[in-house]
Amino acid sequence: MSAVSLPWPKQLSHRPLWVAVIWLALLAAPYWMPLAGGYTALGTRVLVFGLAAMSLNFLLGFTGVLSFGHAAYFGLGAYGTGLVLKFLAPSTPLALVLGMLLGGVAGALLGALIVRRRGVYFAMVTIAFGQVFYYIAFRWHSVTGGDDGLRGFHRQPVDLGFATIDIVNNTIAFYYFVLGCFAVAVGVMAFLLRSPFGRTLLAIRENERRARYLGIPIEQHIWLAFVVSCLFMALAGGLDALLNNFADPHEIHYSRSGDLVIMAVMGGMRSFWGPLLGAAIFVVLEDYVSSLTQNWMSFIGLLFVVVVLLFPRGFLGFLQQERKV
Amino acid sequence: MSFLRVDSVAKTFGSLIALRDVSLAVEPGELRAIIGPNGAGKTTFFNLLSGFFVPSAGTIAFDGRDVTRLPAHRRVSLGMARTFQVTEVFPELTVRENVLIAVEVAAGHRLSPWLGRSVRATLRGRVDEVLALAGLGHKAGRPVGELAHGDQRAAEIAMALALRPRLLLLDEPTAGMGDQETYEITRLIRRLHQDAKLTIVLIEHDMRVVFHLADRITVLDQGRVLAEGTPTEIAANEAVQAAYLGKAA
Repeated sequence: MSAVSLPWPKQLSHRPLWVAVIWLALLAAPYWMPLAGGYTALGTRVLVFGLAAMSLNFLLGFTGVLSFGHAAYFGLGAYGTGLVLKFLAPSTPLALVLGMLLGGVAGALLGALIVRRRGVYFAMVTIAFGQVFYYIAFRWHSVTGGDDGLRGFHRQPVDLGFATIDIVNNTIAFYYFVLGCFAVAVGVMAFLLRSPFGRTLLAIRENERRARYLGIPIEQHIWLAFVVSCLFMALAGGLDALLNNFADPHEIHYSRSGDLVIMAVMGGMRSFWGPLLGAAIFVVLEDYVSSLTQNWMSFIGLLFVVVVLLFPRGFLGFLQQERKV
Repeated sequence: MSFLRVDSVAKTFGSLIALRDVSLAVEPGELRAIIGPNGAGKTTFFNLLSGFFVPSAGTIAFDGRDVTRLPAHRRVSLGMARTFQVTEVFPELTVRENVLIAVEVAAGHRLSPWLGRSVRATLRGRVDEVLALAGLGHKAGRPVGELAHGDQRAAEIAMALALRPRLLLLDEPTAGMGDQETYEITRLIRRLHQDAKLTIVLIEHDMRVVFHLADRITVLDQGRVLAEGTPTEIAANEAVQAAYLGKAA
């Protein structure tokens, strides 16, 4: 009996039931993860990279443009957040917002130069700009900490006015803080994708020439999608910096951009939630296999090859497939 | 003042002269067919009209406005819509979604993150109207990529119609179709011309279609206008016959 004939609903990711299951699993993660051999910080890491992969997929899966340098905006968010906490003000929300803006502004400026390129040229230019930030983080020792990364900052309790949330020592509270940020970001992206603007992005993905002759200025729309993607990528980076109290130059390297693409493609880039699944598999495998062997990446690579060959639409895309009659 | 006026346009690609000194004037409500042997420059001419290329010389005016150097998407907003020789649609999206995108863009909502209930209702009504006009109402929920060739072409024409064009440019609308599909597309174009009073310029190879539909015909050969006239005049023109039969004129 082949797995293809399982009666999965077609649009898994959009069925209210399945969306509810995903949110319930995320909401309850701090309670079921330890039972499954995980720990809370691992769940937080899944959220962080899930958000990163979903932000990348806003561009890759829903606009049809492949960026191979998105780790740069993740890094800008991480360093921006860290630097604000270290030098400017001990406020977690302010640091996150400024980190996000740093990534968004950089994305807006570089995006304006990148969006005229297409296909492999687009990918090459994104890699090139990404590496510029990698070398800045790597070399500018006095500010970024160079190869050692940015240290010396700590996430601060979140003051809501009527109450203060201790996300510093309470890892479960921090998980929910990250989940809240994740929910807002993912909600905004889902909202945009269902709007007329979102449909123009699908149109560009499906057929750029047709879209242009409907009167859509392609470059402007790809640029907007690029900026949205960079903003949320930077938010993910900022959250990662808060999680580790550390910003790592290796998170900016283009190989990390490749990891993000792997997460999105492995999970299913045509489905909204696919990249979250891809990120979960990637992060959990990284955590588990790297404790057994240094060569954990070859296991990820092998898995990726198997997924691409057997399930070209990714895990979630595969689950969503209509039952073949 | 003609509705569409092309004055002495030329287009060269390096040393290749694709078009030289082509002029043409289309009146409102007219259906103009452009014919000519392969390599006559028909598609290049269409690409100049729709803004894919900028002419090397000459001017193009639409409704009294110079559009020679206007980018493609700006011409669309002036009311010039086109279809392609190879059907260009959004294959993974449904017929309804394909038309909806065109309707939303035409209504000025391409950047809207949100639409009110009444706006959405108006747009939905417009989508239904266009689908009915193109005869696609019963296939609205199917992905366009799954439809037969003729229906995909009808969907593409529907998208062009959704833009509320005042001039429709059709590049070989019946290319690669069987008799039945050709017949249906011809009927659709005739309906748009006669009932919806659209001004249409089309390139076509199938002479049955051309002589059935066209008010006037322009014949291109080797990058220039060889003849222009009513179907009867063109059919009787010796230079045209010579060009098609390959004899020296």
